[in-house]
Amino acid sequence: MAEEKKLFKVTIDGITIEVEPGTTILNAARQIGGEVTPPAMCYYSKLKNSGGKCRTCLVEVAAGSAADPRPMPKLVASCRTTVMDGMVVKNTTSDRVLDARQGVVEFLLINHPIDCPICDQAGECDLQDLSYAHGADASRFDFQKRTFIKHNLGPYIQLHMTRCIMCFRCVYVADQVTNKRVHGVLERGDHAEIATYIEKALDNDFIGNVIDVCPVGALTDRTFRFKSRVWFTKPVKAHRNCSKCCGKVHAWLRGDEVLRVTGRKDQWGEVEDWICNECRFERKNINDWIVEGPAEINRHSVISQGHYSGKVGTTKPAETFSKVMNGRQPNLLMNIHSVSGVNPPGLNLAALPGPAHSTDFVKKKEINDKPSPEVK
Amino acid sequence: MESLTQRAKPVDRRPMNWLEKIYLWEIFKGMSITLKHFFKKKVTIQYPEQTRPFSPVFRGLHILNRDEEGRERCTACGLCAVACPAEAITMEAAERLPGEEDLYREEKYAARYEINMLRCIFCGLCEEACPKDAIYLSETFAPANYSRKSFIYAKDDLLIPDPVTNPEEYAKAKGLIDKKKNLKS
Repeated sequence: MAEEKKLFKVTIDGITIEVEPGTTILNAARQIGGEVTPPAMCYYSKLKNSGGKCRTCLVEVAAGSAADPRPMPKLVASCRTTVMDGMVVKNTTSDRVLDARQGVVEFLLINHPIDCPICDQAGECDLQDLSYAHGADASRFDFQKRTFIKHNLGPYIQLHMTRCIMCFRCVYVADQVTNKRVHGVLERGDHAEIATYIEKALDNDFIGNVIDVCPVGALTDRTFRFKSRVWFTKPVKAHRNCSKCCGKVHAWLRGDEVLRVTGRKDQWGEVEDWICNECRFERKNINDWIVEGPAEINRHSVISQGHYSGKVGTTKPAETFSKVMNGRQPNLLMNIHSVSGVNPPGLNLAALPGPAHSTDFVKKKEINDKPSPEVK
Repeated sequence: MESLTQRAKPVDRRPMNWLEKIYLWEIFKGMSITLKHFFKKKVTIQYPEQTRPFSPVFRGLHILNRDEEGRERCTACGLCAVACPAEAITMEAAERLPGEEDLYREEKYAARYEINMLRCIFCGLCEEACPKDAIYLSETFAPANYSRKSFIYAKDDLLIPDPVTNPEEYAKAKGLIDKKKNLKS
């Protein structure tokens, strides 16, 4: 059948686009891009059946279709609702949607500890972005928040259940990317939690991807734990020959130290390709990787702070001083390492298997010629 | 020639009379101004015996705050460093070990925290950025020194006295912080 497919015409916030039948409103909006796109916390395009849980992507359907132009009575989850021909959708132009989204954010934050200062996800957290864009200034929740004890899922992944927003993405990753799932959601309602059955460690080769799909800091990389803030590290595109996965990653560097390895994320915060645990957790040496160049980071993101675009900073400029001065070395006024204890040449943070502790930091000898300031 | 301003006065070029020629009158006039200043309020103070009060918005040397139990408040979240326009602040975080709960307030803390006072411009943005009430700019000047080395202030130099071991010094420093806090609210 060489019949041409009929395209559906859908209008989102006044912008009309033709999409294939069966496309969801969210994906149609993503084809337009920009501010039209509703935020999504649980929907992940690479995971089948994901979506419909967090309700942040609610939109108003002002006209159901060309055949039946009545509006839908309630706001609909755009990740689960497929478009109809002649559908008119209101996202940011609808006050109802913005009000509902603010309510959803407030609900998501009810049990969230908001411990961003100690959370490793801060700076690339979907919930942080969402609450900045759509949340209210203050919470009206006066009661004790639900708390859990954090525990390790295997040697590499740490689960902070208190931060979880129950998006189910990690469960779908375990179901669809790895071939056996040993973790899931236990209990229900307010008590629901992601947990491993019978305390089984997750030892699948691709289980590290749950870190990438987690929209909050509930599942974090133990090898990166507390090493640095994401905005102090420099993301570069890197690759290596891996027998298990594509080997294409973002390496997050501090100098030449590979502090963290993640999958390459696109503009919607979704990984382009899953990477294996070996690439993610065990290749923390810059010599393991072939660095291609700096990763593209949205310039409004805090991660791009202090970073330059293009090739700047990827190659070290040649030292020309001694060449010009007939072999004389520059007379430096002060070597910062002689005073500073931060980032000492001897300590490689990336080589530590877990977070640094007080035992890893040796006290720097006191500098005696410093006068003590008087407190007036 | 047209004068440049409207306030220009033409110079009086008449020849001086006898009284003006002996200058005594002008000397008396000048001395009376001088003597009047003896009895006026002095605009200078005897520094360093006396000091002027600082303005409540004065931004001086940084201090790292502790809570009432003497635990460090800083969690090395890096917001002060990212806010710092002079890139003077560096830090390294560590995880609190069991048994260190009386030293650090949260599970993550700044194992190293340094402010390069040569770079610092005392803008106070670190104080504004801090979500943990941990860094404040005190009413103290950075002392002068001959060597660059002494201007890298580490945690030992920045932390306020411990209220448990050194309550008097802590109270002194605390009074200062509370003054600043009241000003903000």
